[in-house]
Amino acid sequence: MPLNPVRTRLDNGASLLVKQTTTTPAVAISLSLRAGSIADPAGLPGMTWLLSRVIDRGTDTRSAADIAEELDSRGITLTVIVTRHAFSLGCRCLADDFEPVLALLADIVMSPSLPEEEIATRKGEVITSIRQDDDNPAIRATETLMALLYPAGHPYGRRTKGSIGVVEQMTRDQLARLHARRFAPSELTAVIVGDVDPVRAGDVTARVFGGWKNPAAAALPVPPVVPAAARQRVVIPMMNKAQADVAYGFTAISRNDPAYYAFWLMNVAFGQYAIGGRLGDSIRERQGMAYYVSSSLDANVAPGPLSIRAGVSPANVDRAIASIDEEVSRLTRDGLTPKELDESRRYLIGSIPRSLETNAAIANFLQVEEFFGLGLDYDARLPDLLKAVTLDDANAAARRVLDPDRATVVIAGPYEDRVIG
Amino acid sequence: MRATRLDNGLKVLIQEEHTAPLASVWCWYKVGSKDERPGLTGVSHWCEHMNFKGTTNIPRDQVKGIIEQYGGSWNGYTWIDQTTYLETATSDALDRMLFIEAERMASCLYHPDDCESERTVIISELQGGENDPDQLLDQELTATAFKAHPYRHPTIGWLPDLQTMTREDLYGYYRRFYVPNNATLVIVGDVDTEAALRRAEHYFGAIQPGAAIERLRTLEPDQTGERRLTIRQGGTTAYLKVGYHAPSATERDFFPLLILDAVLTGAKGLNLWSSFRTPPPQRSARLYRALVERGLASSVSGGLMPTEDPFLYTVSATANEGTPLASVEAALLEVMANVALHGITDAELVKAKAQLRARLVFDSDSVTNIAHQLGYYDTIASVDLFTSAPARIAAVTLEEAATAARAVFPSANRTIGWFDPLPVG
Repeated sequence: MPLNPVRTRLDNGASLLVKQTTTTPAVAISLSLRAGSIADPAGLPGMTWLLSRVIDRGTDTRSAADIAEELDSRGITLTVIVTRHAFSLGCRCLADDFEPVLALLADIVMSPSLPEEEIATRKGEVITSIRQDDDNPAIRATETLMALLYPAGHPYGRRTKGSIGVVEQMTRDQLARLHARRFAPSELTAVIVGDVDPVRAGDVTARVFGGWKNPAAAALPVPPVVPAAARQRVVIPMMNKAQADVAYGFTAISRNDPAYYAFWLMNVAFGQYAIGGRLGDSIRERQGMAYYVSSSLDANVAPGPLSIRAGVSPANVDRAIASIDEEVSRLTRDGLTPKELDESRRYLIGSIPRSLETNAAIANFLQVEEFFGLGLDYDARLPDLLKAVTLDDANAAARRVLDPDRATVVIAGPYEDRVIG
Repeated sequence: MRATRLDNGLKVLIQEEHTAPLASVWCWYKVGSKDERPGLTGVSHWCEHMNFKGTTNIPRDQVKGIIEQYGGSWNGYTWIDQTTYLETATSDALDRMLFIEAERMASCLYHPDDCESERTVIISELQGGENDPDQLLDQELTATAFKAHPYRHPTIGWLPDLQTMTREDLYGYYRRFYVPNNATLVIVGDVDTEAALRRAEHYFGAIQPGAAIERLRTLEPDQTGERRLTIRQGGTTAYLKVGYHAPSATERDFFPLLILDAVLTGAKGLNLWSSFRTPPPQRSARLYRALVERGLASSVSGGLMPTEDPFLYTVSATANEGTPLASVEAALLEVMANVALHGITDAELVKAKAQLRARLVFDSDSVTNIAHQLGYYDTIASVDLFTSAPARIAAVTLEEAATAARAVFPSANRTIGWFDPLPVG
């Protein structure tokens, strides 16, 4: 059954997508603004992240304690997420609570009061979280890979949480200015999925957001992405750890690239299908070297990364990287088999009902659909988009970005380069 | 929900859910890490890994994709009381899912080469877990809190046992526990109950029952005084964990303690598969206010799951940068002592019940989650416990909560663990 969401645009420019379901007496609400970490002010990386920690800790008419009580008394966890391009608030609530909860979320989005004492408390949490990340080999490897693939201050290469020294210096005025500059109805997409009548959902949304008049935010161009010209390798020794994490990647494509579906299918066959595709076959199943190994494609507004991740014993790091090199070479040299492409395609098409089963999953899907302008019938068109990919398309995608000689490789964990001589 | 037992002892639970064209099949075994004797710790979990490696009728090279062809996903997990496997796919793949589970029950191969290859995969899994100081502390705290009951050792096993276990150990364990009279098959989704039952009989009916299984019956003696442990190794962040011996799922104090957990750290729900994926509503919870809002900790959480034998209620906190663990501990214990002494308020009881009511709805938002719950409760207690959970939660009184707090929170019933980091370069 196609989703057929109801889409409306409020007079102030905010977008609303509603999908009614009756699986459970519950509703998923997702409010997403085009105000991700790329909007961090110059020299203040991490400010959007800090805003995400403090935005829901008081509004012009509600104290932090009021908000806590409204959420907790209804069993609601409000999740605030920052990605490169989006600032999103989401929750699940019982259907009976839908109206007051949407009103509360709207108040948080439009009128945060950003109390000084809350900023101080949340800064402490963010700083502790940055320190935890510093001790996490998987995060160190991934963040370093991104910094190397997107160098020179490119927003995709920055740590979303920022750094301790910069976070400590951030002020309430700066946070308020960031909010005033980036948060506006034109930047908002509200998605409501669950046991609620679409007309009523539209009425409530118009009521709680209709009076919001902030002017549209200025466009935020993303700097160009330059693919690596040579292989790079960085080791982050973390001798207090038991296992090493390897991150190995390339800059790939943007989401609106015509080759997106070919890349998607190629990546599934290469590093996802069953237990990690070809990579899993080689490194986990045949060689028993890792509990996890997989690849992921993060096509974004600008070309995002295709990255491979593995957790391996320090003794196996070199052998695991050699195996990844070999699989990359084999894929670009020999290509996928028709069977591999067909299996990946059947899997992706077949998994659509499962991936759209819960309210929260549908809400995420509709947010992506809206953000990239994929169209309200995207879920219905998706099988044909995948069916149109040929073996040549998928193999051309692999050859376009994969090349061991231009790979960026990061190793974080109990591993050091041997010194010869 | 229809419950049936086949002649070979296999229990079959079927529930129709026609909201999506999907079905979820889970096969549960009453075997977990509490069934392991010294020297074989981790054998249950390793068997779980081996049971994805090909069977008599599913050659090794055909395992990959066997359910993905239907757009499906499969997985499994092992914990202290149970081991389980699942597939969720479009409902036209029901036969395929049942076939896979029947093969897994009776016909896995345990090829020696696969056993060896998986040894390093599991050691890698163990080491990956040890990279996380919080997980390491949890493992060591549990080992300290129990001295007799096999809940004390981690489900993944101790490294020396993983290094020495043999293929015969694994295969013998598999043959002993993977029998229909020790299993529950759960089918939930867009199926017809009668037709699904016939298909289950078709695939499982001919599997011979095994010998009756006598599970270990060690009881943990009462703890006689507070226990402590401190891990000092390289790290950047300090962690605190306090574990209290807690009632089993069927004991009188279990649901009152669930209420207390909601008051202390926010309600999680009762689904091991999904409840911990979304943080609890906890901003007004007592420990959140005492630790996080006062700037002592960056996070606090509580963990209580229904188990067959008495396990632990664990409270965990991450100390804020620059805050001594002793300060976090003192603030945490003060809250616990207060609840033990005075119980909770009526307003807190009302809020905790509202939170749990919502979380139980969220816990059942997919055929996969519903099937998990039926099988989980049947394996560790009974399906009745699951279906009656909302009413049991609603019925908890202030007095029952106070009684549970007095029973669980005394200092002699707790183990306190610190991860006190040494500077790293």
